[in-house]
Amino acid sequence: MTSLETSTTGALVGRDGQRRSWKLPIVYGVLTLLGLVLLVALGRDGAASFALSQSGDAVTLPPLVLPARVTGIVAVLVAAACTAWSVRLVTAHRRQPLWLPVVFALVLVVGLLAWATAGNTLPVPGLLAGSLALSVPLIFGALGGVISERVGVVNVAIEGQLLAGAFVSAVVGSLTHSLAAGLVAAMVAGMLVSFVLAAFAIKYLVDQVIVGVVLNVLVLGLTSFLYSAILVPASGVLNSPPQFTPVRIPVLSAIPVIGPVLFDQTVIVYLMYVAVAAVTFGLFKTRWGLRLRAVGEHPQAADTVGISVSGTRFWNVSLAGAIAGLGGAYFTLAAVPSFSKDVTSGAGFIALAAVIFGQWNPVRATLAALLFGFASNLQNVLGILNSPVPSDFLLMLPYVVTIFAVAGLVGQVRGPAAAGKPYVKG
Amino acid sequence: MKLELRGITKRFGPLVANDRIDLVVEPGEILCLLGENGAGKSTLMNVLYGLHRPDGGEILLDDAVQHFSGPGDAMRAGIGMVHQHFMLVPVFTVAENVMLGHEATRFGGRLDLAAARAKVKEISDRFGFDVDPDARIEDLPVGVQQRVEIIKALSRDARVLVFDEPTAVLTPQETDELMAIMRQLKSAGTAIVFITHKLREVREVADRITVIRLGRVVGEASPTATNAELASLMVGRSVELTVEKAPPTLGADALVVEDLSVHDANGAALVDSVSFTVKAGEILAIAGVQGNGQTELTEAILGLQSGVSGRILLDGQPLTGRSVKGVLAAGAGFVPEDRQHDGLVPEFTIAENLMLDRSDGPPFVKGGTVQTADLNAFAEQQLAEFDIRAQGITTRVGRLSGGNQQKVVLARELSRDLRLFVAAQPTRGLDVGSIEFVHERIVATRDAGIPVLVISTELDEVVALADRIAVMYRGRIVGIVPADTPRDVLGLLMAGETAPAVAA
Repeated sequence: MTSLETSTTGALVGRDGQRRSWKLPIVYGVLTLLGLVLLVALGRDGAASFALSQSGDAVTLPPLVLPARVTGIVAVLVAAACTAWSVRLVTAHRRQPLWLPVVFALVLVVGLLAWATAGNTLPVPGLLAGSLALSVPLIFGALGGVISERVGVVNVAIEGQLLAGAFVSAVVGSLTHSLAAGLVAAMVAGMLVSFVLAAFAIKYLVDQVIVGVVLNVLVLGLTSFLYSAILVPASGVLNSPPQFTPVRIPVLSAIPVIGPVLFDQTVIVYLMYVAVAAVTFGLFKTRWGLRLRAVGEHPQAADTVGISVSGTRFWNVSLAGAIAGLGGAYFTLAAVPSFSKDVTSGAGFIALAAVIFGQWNPVRATLAALLFGFASNLQNVLGILNSPVPSDFLLMLPYVVTIFAVAGLVGQVRGPAAAGKPYVKG
Repeated sequence: MKLELRGITKRFGPLVANDRIDLVVEPGEILCLLGENGAGKSTLMNVLYGLHRPDGGEILLDDAVQHFSGPGDAMRAGIGMVHQHFMLVPVFTVAENVMLGHEATRFGGRLDLAAARAKVKEISDRFGFDVDPDARIEDLPVGVQQRVEIIKALSRDARVLVFDEPTAVLTPQETDELMAIMRQLKSAGTAIVFITHKLREVREVADRITVIRLGRVVGEASPTATNAELASLMVGRSVELTVEKAPPTLGADALVVEDLSVHDANGAALVDSVSFTVKAGEILAIAGVQGNGQTELTEAILGLQSGVSGRILLDGQPLTGRSVKGVLAAGAGFVPEDRQHDGLVPEFTIAENLMLDRSDGPPFVKGGTVQTADLNAFAEQQLAEFDIRAQGITTRVGRLSGGNQQKVVLARELSRDLRLFVAAQPTRGLDVGSIEFVHERIVATRDAGIPVLVISTELDEVVALADRIAVMYRGRIVGIVPADTPRDVLGLLMAGETAPAVAA
């Protein structure tokens, strides 16, 4: 036994460089250095004021005032401590806890906000509400992605489903003057895109990623053509749908800061809350979810207990399309009451990133989508505040966050085992 | 429940996989379906289980004709199947796997996991299985996973139970336990169909034996028949079950492996400080149940693994740290365990496959062009020498039978000047005729003075070929024993008992 012990440790020492992941500490270190340069070396003096309430809120809080440079220094110090802790964990072969990246990101974001708002006022509820608004379609798209991939069909066509939902809901909403009809039409449109994906992927065994990419291009081309050819000449009739108005939920909306953000919203947002809860419950607690996951993990096992693999895949991919279609309706029935070319502008791909970053779990994918929405909105808010960051750089922000989140912080995650693999009986 | 098959015929294109097969299994009876790989056993059972539609014939349960349009129908009728490759979702728990397909639900559509757990507990207590309903399948040893498959079938009140090659993945001890379970099920009145090609197991539990060859029932035998009788029924001619070999002429230490370890990306040891020596002119066979580090060990020797530490010396020259090409240049020949995946390019012709490892220089490539004439002459010669049954050297390898594919691999590897020969699962999935041929070639290689390392999960093969036997368990060599070691001792070693404990 003794000889075994020593040889095992010997082997471990020999494997250091290649086996241990230094990815996280390196990412932390680089970001901390960037923070040091920006927040301390290029630090700005002056007080950053964070407004916590808007006029009309039930509870009015005084604004939070932070000195920008000191906040920056504190943030960098905490970030450095996180980095050091992470290095320690790696050398000690311990797992990186989930709170570490959360704390790290939070302090740097606060530091960055203080730096950017120095001498100015930042409306926090506005920042958060804007983030939520940008996240809603991402969340619907991500839920569609989670369902589709869990059942074993890679859904790259989220973008196409969103865009189809946006276009059709705008047209149907304009023609019928009915919001409900618009929503239903959006779901049908998303489903139609899914039908094509499902038919090619399940029946004809075409590579699912290729079908998805082609569908995205097809829907983009089709909606852009129809927009120019039909919607623009008759925009009064075909492209002026009614718009959802916010509904304030009593009591809950009175919670300071987050109350108005979360509970003074349009029906679509409330639908989104319900969808997240329903998909989570359904996926993990019901027969539907058990069968769906079995088909995505081990289709043959499902087949041999009498579950129809093709049927389960077909209808759940369709359901995924319907949910993503709802996200599309948000663009044209809630955000801006009209359709324009490529109105989704890549939201479907960010939703896809949220699916992976969220490890195919609806709640985590929702949180990932919120993070991406926040990054997008940060760009808007910082632009308004005349912060000294070039606007072109800010435009990059959401995508940079997406890349880092998916490539860097995910590490090793395991998706559904049979995702992307067509099932052939026999 | 009485199962009867009448005149079952199943065709795949021009191939007749089952030709008018008749079978009867009475309740409380174990019928063994004996046949070589490719004889049509599994096809027949897939027809029975509703996975394939028969082209002719009918299935009767208690004399009532059944029409199955899918496995669901077969299950509802009372047929259960323990598949060769377990049909269990690895990330689900035992209870979730058992309930899948006939889930009980409570208010609001919630899964009734408590009921499923109770069901698992009840069945596992009845048969003394000791299975935790909340364990995840991927964390369980294969023997336990198989019990979950049995529980799954029993939880649907299966009265006819089909075991498809159930012992392929089990240790000898687990096999004995399975036999006991089968007898227990039999005495509870279940009708059992036991599909296998292992003669010893057949004789141990069968009440009746039906032999299938080339899709037809070729005979019935009683469990008292000798191995030779059964084997000749199975193959259609008399077979030599042992390998003719003279005592080895041992040379110097040729392959020396010292303290070899292989770790996966998470740092878990797949091969754990393994040391052994193979002399020139000796066959060292590595026995063990599938998945105990044998694959990683051979791949480490061939330079296919990362995360390798320790030393591998061939004739005093280190092999560790060399590229695969470097290892091959040092004189290593390798038969990989998955010939279709690692050994051959199925879309290439026989001739092309024969030159795969010599594609960057003479004799087959000169000045960057393939010397077709030389290659074809070489291929024709190998075709004859290795008795590869094919239309010609331009036949695509993917169209050959498993035995002929393996002969192509052997022909390629043995046609070089070897200083080491490594054969992993050399006869997996082959017919008896091809097995004989492969074994002869391996022994001939040894007799030419080359050190040979054979890795096999088939104890019969290990015992037949080896001059010495090393047993691997969980990445470690638990013992290196002489070839005449009794099977039960080998079995204990394969289950992880260490050598001294076995001796005591």
